[in-house]
Order: sequence, then C-alpha cells, then structure tokens
Amino acid sequence: MPRYLLSTHTVEGEQREPQGEEQMRETHRRLATIEQEMSASGAWVFSARLHGPETATVVRVTGGEALTTDGPFAESKEHLAGFYMIDAEDLDIALGWATKVSETIERPIEVRPFAGFTDEPGSGG
Amino acid sequence: MSPAAVAERRDVDALTVIDAARVGRIFREESGRSVATLIRVLGDIDLAEDAVQDAFAIALRRWPDEGLPPNPGGWITTTARNRAIDRLRRESRGRELLAELALVAHGDDEVGATEDEEGAVDDDRLRLIFSCCHPALSGEAQVALTLRLLGGLSTEEAARAFLVAEPTMAKRLVRAKRKIKAARIPYRVPADHDLPSRLPAVLAVIYLIYNAGLARPDEPLLCAEAIRLARILSALMPDEPEVAGLLGLLLLTESRRPARLRSDGSLAVLAKQDRSLWDRALIDEGQEIVRRCLRRDQAGPYQLQAAINAVHADATTFEETDWSQIVLLYDRLLELAPTPVVALNRAIAIGELEGPAAAFGLVGELDLEGYQPFHAVRADLLRRLERAEEAASEYERAAALAPTEAERQFLRRGGRAPE
Repeated sequence: MPRYLLSTHTVEGEQREPQGEEQMRETHRRLATIEQEMSASGAWVFSARLHGPETATVVRVTGGEALTTDGPFAESKEHLAGFYMIDAEDLDIALGWATKVSETIERPIEVRPFAGFTDEPGSGG
Repeated sequence: MSPAAVAERRDVDALTVIDAARVGRIFREESGRSVATLIRVLGDIDLAEDAVQDAFAIALRRWPDEGLPPNPGGWITTTARNRAIDRLRRESRGRELLAELALVAHGDDEVGATEDEEGAVDDDRLRLIFSCCHPALSGEAQVALTLRLLGGLSTEEAARAFLVAEPTMAKRLVRAKRKIKAARIPYRVPADHDLPSRLPAVLAVIYLIYNAGLARPDEPLLCAEAIRLARILSALMPDEPEVAGLLGLLLLTESRRPARLRSDGSLAVLAKQDRSLWDRALIDEGQEIVRRCLRRDQAGPYQLQAAINAVHADATTFEETDWSQIVLLYDRLLELAPTPVVALNRAIAIGELEGPAAAFGLVGELDLEGYQPFHAVRADLLRRLERAEEAASEYERAAALAPTEAERQFLRRGGRAPE
C-alpha cells in the first residue's frame, strides 16, 4: 500500500492571529477526531509535532570527523513543524486526509509519497 | 489487361492503398483508445505507450501487404497487449508483474481481454483524461500529457505546438509520468460529488489546446485534436451540460476559422469577415447543441459562450446581429465568470447596441493594461468617437503587443486593410 507524508511547515516571521485558549482546545479536539478516523480506517501510521527550528542541531561528518553545529540544516524560511505518516490506496485518498487536516489547522499541507511503498513495477515492492 | 480493367484496378488501389500517412492517421484516431486500455491492463503508462508504438510498427510492416484489418483499433489494442505480455515474460521483474496481473484478472490467461467490451474501453479514455488533468499536475503538464497520451502527438509535435524546445517537452512529460506513478495519481473517473471540482480542469485543457491551435495557423493539428477530444468527452459524459457547451463553442468558433485571417495573415474581426466562408455544417451542429443546452437550462460559462457564438452565426451580415440578445448573454456570463476579459467583450457588444461612447466608458474602468485586445478595442472605439490622435497612440500600443508581424502592420495602419 502506498504511504504518504503529510507535513506542515512554520514560516519564519509570518504573523498569525494568536488563537485564544478556547479556540486552541477546539482545534486539538478536531485534530483528535481526525486521528481517530485515520486509525479506524487503517490509514494512520504515525504522527508528531516538532519543536521549533531554533532547537535543531546539525551533525556533519567530513574526513571521519563529526562536526556539530547549532541551527537547522536548511537556510530557508520554512521549517517542518509536524507531520502525519499515512497509508492510502492512492493520491486522492491521501489528499482527502490532507484537506481535513488543513481545514482544521488553517495551514497548507504538503503531501509526498514515500519511496518503496507502492507495488508498481520497478518500485521494488 | 483491358484499359477499363486497368482503370478499375487503379480505383481499387486508390481505395485500399495503405501507406505510412494512412497508418499515421489511424494512429492519431486510435492510439489514445489503445493506450488508455493498456494503462488499465498493465498499470503503467510507459509500458502501455511502448506496447502501442510496437503494435503500430508491426501494422506499418503488415498492413500495406495484408490490407487493413476489419477493426484497426481493436487489432492495435490486441497486438499491443500481446506484445507487452511477451516482453514481460522475457524479464524476471515482468514475470512478477504478470503474476500480479493474473491475480487481478482472476487467473484469466487472457490478461485484460476486454477490448470488445465497448463500455470498459470508453471508460478507459475517460479515466485517462481525468488522470492527465489531475489537479496535482501543473497546467503545462496536464496539456502535454493529454496531447501525448490521448492525442497521440509525438513529443516533437507537442513541443512545436507550444513553442518549447523538444528536450523541455520531453522533460515535462517524464516528470509528469513519474509523479503519476510515484504519488499514485488514480486511474479512475471521479465520483459524481467530485466532478464539479474535477471537470473544469479537463474542459480548460481542451479549450486551451483549441486556442493554442487558433493562435498558430501553421499548426492545424491542435484545433482538430481539441474538437476530437471534446466530441469524445461529450459522447462519454452526455449528461454534463458544460461538456456539451464546450463542444458547441469549439464547433461554432471553428466554423469561422476559414474567415478569420486576411490574405496578409492579420486577424479579421467579426465585422470584417466574409461570412460566405463560414462552415454551415459546423454552425448547424453547434447551434443544435446550443438549443439542447437551452432546453436543459443549466447555464454555465462554456454554454453561454457557445450561445453567444450561435447568435453571431445567425446573422447573415454584421449589421443584422442581434446585439441585445448578445448583451443579455454577456450579462449572465459576467455573473458566472466576472473577469475583465468577459467585461471587455460585453462592452464591445454594448458599443454595437448603444454606440461607442457607452462602450468606451465601460472599457475605461477595466484593468487590462498590457492585454493586446484591450488596446485594439480602445483604439477602435476612439476612432469611432473621432478622437483621432488618442486613437493613433492606442493603435500604436496595440501594435507593440501584437502577436504577429501581419497584425502589427495592420494596427499601425490604424486598423485598415492594405490598399
């Protein structure tokens, strides 16, 4: 079965209207419902939220020596904030889940297939 | 042999001669159907394309001697399927795939032996067009895939049609096919409740192919291909009014194509077209479609544009045009599709009904700076308002944006045909 990564990103310097506590609870409640639906239908594999990019550390091995540096790997404004790993028959079904999550968190979701999970010729299983 | 017999023989030859050009025409007509079926059977676009190419190569060798089979399209599909299965049997990974296919086909050795089930085959082409026009693909990729897989255009032909280098077009196709495969873009017709969101992309791709052809008189393939696709779609989705609307719009636009260009290659506007050149058969067919749409009364943008063109087709001279009818139709179109281009066309119609001053007021409110027809319309209205100096500078602006040299010169002459 194809497996997809549904990811959401934070954008540095982007101003969002702060959510009230009540609103935040409502968002979490709705996300929990979606995750239950995902589990019940066999789609849910894993999901997680990440701490901010300022908590990231990069390790780079050159010439057998590990160099450790502070900060995220990519010098971009967008950083991975959280993700779902789901199984879905095809892209339309994965997009359906992405739509539900995006509606709830009011952020775009990137949908990307994992390699090696389809049973198409040439994919190796 | 008597002279009569020789003559008769020549007639027979003329009817049955099967050369590369004839096979090429059959390829254009039939390959989309075969590719669509083989993608379903094999689950892989590249395998399906290769198999259909192989089958046509065999046809090119055999048909000139053996004659056309009774159903050339069916012959191609069967031959392509057999070739693909032979090829897969020779490769170990292919044998695995075949085992999977056999499972899908419930152990039937005749994998996908369904080309005589017309319904399934037609559904295949519908599946294919919805996969090609999937919203997860870029607009450019949608057009390229549709022309390539359903239209049977070669990469080189598709590249030429859209004025890009062949390697660019090849890369576009490879990337799109890779995405379909890796992301598992489904091979199926969307469910009824998804159609309203999925059908417009399909119609837009066909319309874009037609307009690309209209803008490129040296590429006659594109208009014909767009009409062919619209016909297939309207046969497969007879209950979708906008599909019928698109076909009607294309047929009515096509009916005027012989009158669209002057001998110098510049564009002849409606007012200046030789209406005796309009194709009556296409007009009749288009107007019949529009009448059916009116009876159904579920107006949409394509149907309304078709209806506007049907009104133009009714007028034997420009002066006889029923402009009040056309303005009414534009009013409804503007409600459904409130774009400045629609507003510009509505203003032109109002100009014919109420005079250039009314139209000029409406046009002035539009934000279409840099859109060539906008400047050409303003120039024409200023000329009719006898504001010669302003008209001249507006003609110059339109000329600077003109797509062809002939057009540029026409506009520089202030919209007059050469002496």
